[in-house]
Amino acid sequence: MITDFFLGRYPFLFIALLLVIGVYGMMMKRNFLKKVIGMTIFQTAIYLFFIQGAKKTGASIPVYSVDLGSASDAYMNPLPHVLVLTAIVVGVAITGVAISLLLVIYRRFGTLDEARILEQMRESA
Amino acid sequence: MSHIPVLIPLSLLVSSLLALLAGLRSPGWGHKISLGGVSASFLFSLAGIRAVLRDGMPLRYALGNWPPPVGIEFVLDSLGAYMTGIITFIGVVVLVYAPRSLARETPGREVYTYPAMLLLLTGLTGISLTGDIFNLYVFLEIAAIAGYALLATGDRAAPVAAFRYLLIGSLGGGFYLLGVAFLYFSAGTLNMADLQARLPDLVENRAVISAAAFMIVGLGVKMALFPLHFWLPDAYTNAPSAAAGLIAPLMTKVAAFAIVRFFLDVFPPSFLTEALPLVSTVGWLSAGGILFGSVMAVAQKDYRRMLAYSSVGQIAYVGLGLGMANPVGMVGGLLHILNHALMKGCLFLIGGSIRYRTGITQIAEMRGLGRLMPWTMAAFVVAALAMIGIPPTAGFFSKWYLILGTLEAGNWWWFGVIILSSLLTAVYFFRTVEMIFREPEEGDPVARIGRKRGAGVTGVGPSPEVQLGLGGATEGEREAPLSMLLPILVMGAAILAAGLLNVAIVNGLLAGAVAHAGG
Repeated sequence: MITDFFLGRYPFLFIALLLVIGVYGMMMKRNFLKKVIGMTIFQTAIYLFFIQGAKKTGASIPVYSVDLGSASDAYMNPLPHVLVLTAIVVGVAITGVAISLLLVIYRRFGTLDEARILEQMRESA
Repeated sequence: MSHIPVLIPLSLLVSSLLALLAGLRSPGWGHKISLGGVSASFLFSLAGIRAVLRDGMPLRYALGNWPPPVGIEFVLDSLGAYMTGIITFIGVVVLVYAPRSLARETPGREVYTYPAMLLLLTGLTGISLTGDIFNLYVFLEIAAIAGYALLATGDRAAPVAAFRYLLIGSLGGGFYLLGVAFLYFSAGTLNMADLQARLPDLVENRAVISAAAFMIVGLGVKMALFPLHFWLPDAYTNAPSAAAGLIAPLMTKVAAFAIVRFFLDVFPPSFLTEALPLVSTVGWLSAGGILFGSVMAVAQKDYRRMLAYSSVGQIAYVGLGLGMANPVGMVGGLLHILNHALMKGCLFLIGGSIRYRTGITQIAEMRGLGRLMPWTMAAFVVAALAMIGIPPTAGFFSKWYLILGTLEAGNWWWFGVIILSSLLTAVYFFRTVEMIFREPEEGDPVARIGRKRGAGVTGVGPSPEVQLGLGGATEGEREAPLSMLLPILVMGAAILAAGLLNVAIVNGLLAGAVAHAGG
């Protein structure tokens, strides 16, 4: 009973777990770099959600072949994979901006620890 | 096939790249090319509005000549034309304003600021025009990334505020993307028109309902819907004035517009009704946001921070209009996008001019500014009256439609919220106006500036006139430079014009788009 539940849904459960881990890292970790790591995990979980949704058993690559004809079941749907590629590019750009912001923050405050940065900001204000 | 829909974002994107290349060789050219690109885009937007009004039907453009739903299409309908008109108008005004302000606040970084501003505008116009929900995600993140970069160039604390915005913004983008996945896997298409045709059969589908919920949360973060607004005040307060003047009027509005677009043009009409509490939840959260933002704005001492909290309250009017789920209320919400973009853009630019001329950011130090910068402060009064909602300024009319909407929806709580928040807005703006038009006292920053400049010119001891900055100093020296003053005056005039022309805007562009809402 319980095994059936997990076997049928383990990709979703795994993805949900990754999402939760990512959000936990972004919200609860005190170090800014760890927050970025959490953000990356969160984004990866979304990519995996697209990939598992596109899963098709026994399908070929999406290149037309004479043997398989034009039956839609015979080919993978390439669109979700293309979307994930685009989303990865967006994710890389966001991570890049995040890390460059962290560089500026580290140069100005000498730390990436949220509490210590807030302390310094309060002192200067 | 008309090329106008694709030319609006494309001229921004291309000039953004050219402006960076030219700017690296000579900074002046970076600004000239940016201004040219935005002006071209503004003209294309005007042509788009004209074409939509003339034909009464949307202009469609299939990218790469791949017909939808296989390819991505850009749709310039009346709402899209309305939004691109607002975005590019604010873009032109802010780019005229930007050089002097940026040179003072972030010297040496202008070369990179203009391309980022153009990328931001590219993303925002793209969101307004695209007919593809995944394409919307990409434009959403283009705008967001450019916004993070712009906000981070400000004060010492700006990178921290921008980083926090980045975290919460990418969380919002991620939720939106999850919603896209849910919709695609249940309906099998990404095209908005195609989705609208297919979704009515899937109204009971739980994946579609969760998709709607995910998208509202994701876009709600981007539009700073209460209680997801907490990134906004810090980010706006620490940003350079020109960047804040560009981001504050546009960024949250366009996300709000995207939510409205989804309920009008993607989700089946039944999603708007009481059967699903999605829209009414947005409405109630907005009502909370209006009160929260207004109360917090009253408590602020920093001018920019007051405006930021006021933005939290004002953007919620758009959500409130959607929450009413009737055409009148939605017209009010959509009209408020234009009005608030003009008002808040004007107010942030005024803040930048005050900072440029005097270095003041605290409201308590503003005593005497009315004598020092009369034209700027006249525009401030117009914008403040519009924020409160006094006719014939623009702010009155959107609130009028919103109040009619609450009456039609029979929701007296929301009626009370609008009235109460208008009173609170009056409190925090009259407080500022009173401060500005008071006589400066000995030791005030404004009096110091006036004396220093006056004494230098006349060479005698400070007389009362000189103390007020009236003796010796010429008009131009007391006001901000013309390239900063003119945009403010144009915005002030636009606030009045938008108020007087509101019937034409509503009948021409908005009424038709929302006619089928709520039946």
